[in-house]
Amino acid sequence: MIAIINSGVANISSVVFALQRLGIAAEVTTDHRVITNASQVILPGVGAAQTAMKNLKDLNLTSLIPTLKQPVLGICLGMQLLYEASEEGDVACLGVIPGKIKKLVGKDLIIPHMGWNTLALQKKSPLLEGIPGDAYVYFVHSYCASVSDQTLALTHYGQDFSAIVQQDNFYAMQFHPERSGEIGERLLKNFAEIKS
Amino acid sequence: MLAKRIIPCLDVRDNVVVKGVQFRNHEIIGDIVALAKRYSQEGADELVFYDITASSEGRNVSFDWVEKVAKEINIPFCVAGGIRSVETARTILAKGADKISINSPALENPELINQLVDAFGTQCIVIGIDSHFEHNDYHVYQYTGSEKTIQSAKRLTQDWVQEVQQRGAGEIVLNCMNQDGMRQGYDITQLSALRPFIHVPLIASGGAGLLQHFLDVFKLANVDGALAASVFHKQLIDIGELKSFLQQHQITIRK
Repeated sequence: MIAIINSGVANISSVVFALQRLGIAAEVTTDHRVITNASQVILPGVGAAQTAMKNLKDLNLTSLIPTLKQPVLGICLGMQLLYEASEEGDVACLGVIPGKIKKLVGKDLIIPHMGWNTLALQKKSPLLEGIPGDAYVYFVHSYCASVSDQTLALTHYGQDFSAIVQQDNFYAMQFHPERSGEIGERLLKNFAEIKS
Repeated sequence: MLAKRIIPCLDVRDNVVVKGVQFRNHEIIGDIVALAKRYSQEGADELVFYDITASSEGRNVSFDWVEKVAKEINIPFCVAGGIRSVETARTILAKGADKISINSPALENPELINQLVDAFGTQCIVIGIDSHFEHNDYHVYQYTGSEKTIQSAKRLTQDWVQEVQQRGAGEIVLNCMNQDGMRQGYDITQLSALRPFIHVPLIASGGAGLLQHFLDVFKLANVDGALAASVFHKQLIDIGELKSFLQQHQITIRK
């Protein structure tokens, strides 16, 4: 069973419905025991980093999440929260992945980066099994992580940035796999099959 | 590269999908969930669900319908219709919507835009604008869901697009009323005139009738997406065919 952490920000239902369509059992929770015992954990989220970090702190989840041993997937804001800090509201984050989240930059760039953009795969990973090289996925964000050793796939919008990353058992996607058509479904399915 | 978006809109009234011409004389088109599913499978890049009379009737969009559609589709889902409070928006997002679009309620109470942005983030908040050309300028209209309620919002469209962006709106859908339902092409003149003032994604709405109209609006008005209703509902244009056509003409499209 996958535990979906309820960080109190919107869009959790989209993730729940996507897993339901795939027939993958999941539970939305803030319960430490449920999270610790889950086969995988998803940290979703849209909205502001500051609000989400405050919610996680209030639930005592900021100390629990970095210690999790099973596969963990951060989605969108959930990805950004896994880094050390975010420029958005200048807030300290969970510190699982080294680096700081920064605002997207580029000449005359329309912000937010909203819509379908392509992945450029950088490394092999079970998470990327069956994903073609030029797959389109759905993004909605204004901040991003730069390309680093953790980058499994990057995307270009004004600049190259990390679209999918991995640090040990922590995986993260800047886009929304739950709203990325068949490609997104495959990514979620792949994640659900990664064992501890 | 970021792809241009093709966005079918489900105009809903009394639990069925309807379509009018220039916001009047609505006819019944079909079943909500069946259409939503078909568009998602045909390759739509996003789906908009718009309860057209919610605002003018002082109620909000049906939560049950939002959930039924959200469960079926695997593409982004934007919901519009009578959303007047942060709490209503929260419920709709909890039912599986990804974005909230507001139109008349934003004109009634512009501060609502800031409140929604603070609660859910810029990327979540879309502003729909019904814009009409008259007296040599573009003017905003509200309560356009019914001919009994439609009225001028007493604002110039250019002023309003700038204000909503200052308040944090993450996307603007510009419904060009003179073209709505006419299937004679998007209002390239209006969209091009306003584009320099819009620094968030801009979605063209109103007037699509032919494949060429979509190509024109992407090439000539530099919009990020094109929204249409009747041409998709009535199967005058197949989304898959449209996307192949645009791709052949060097428009970046998700296939």
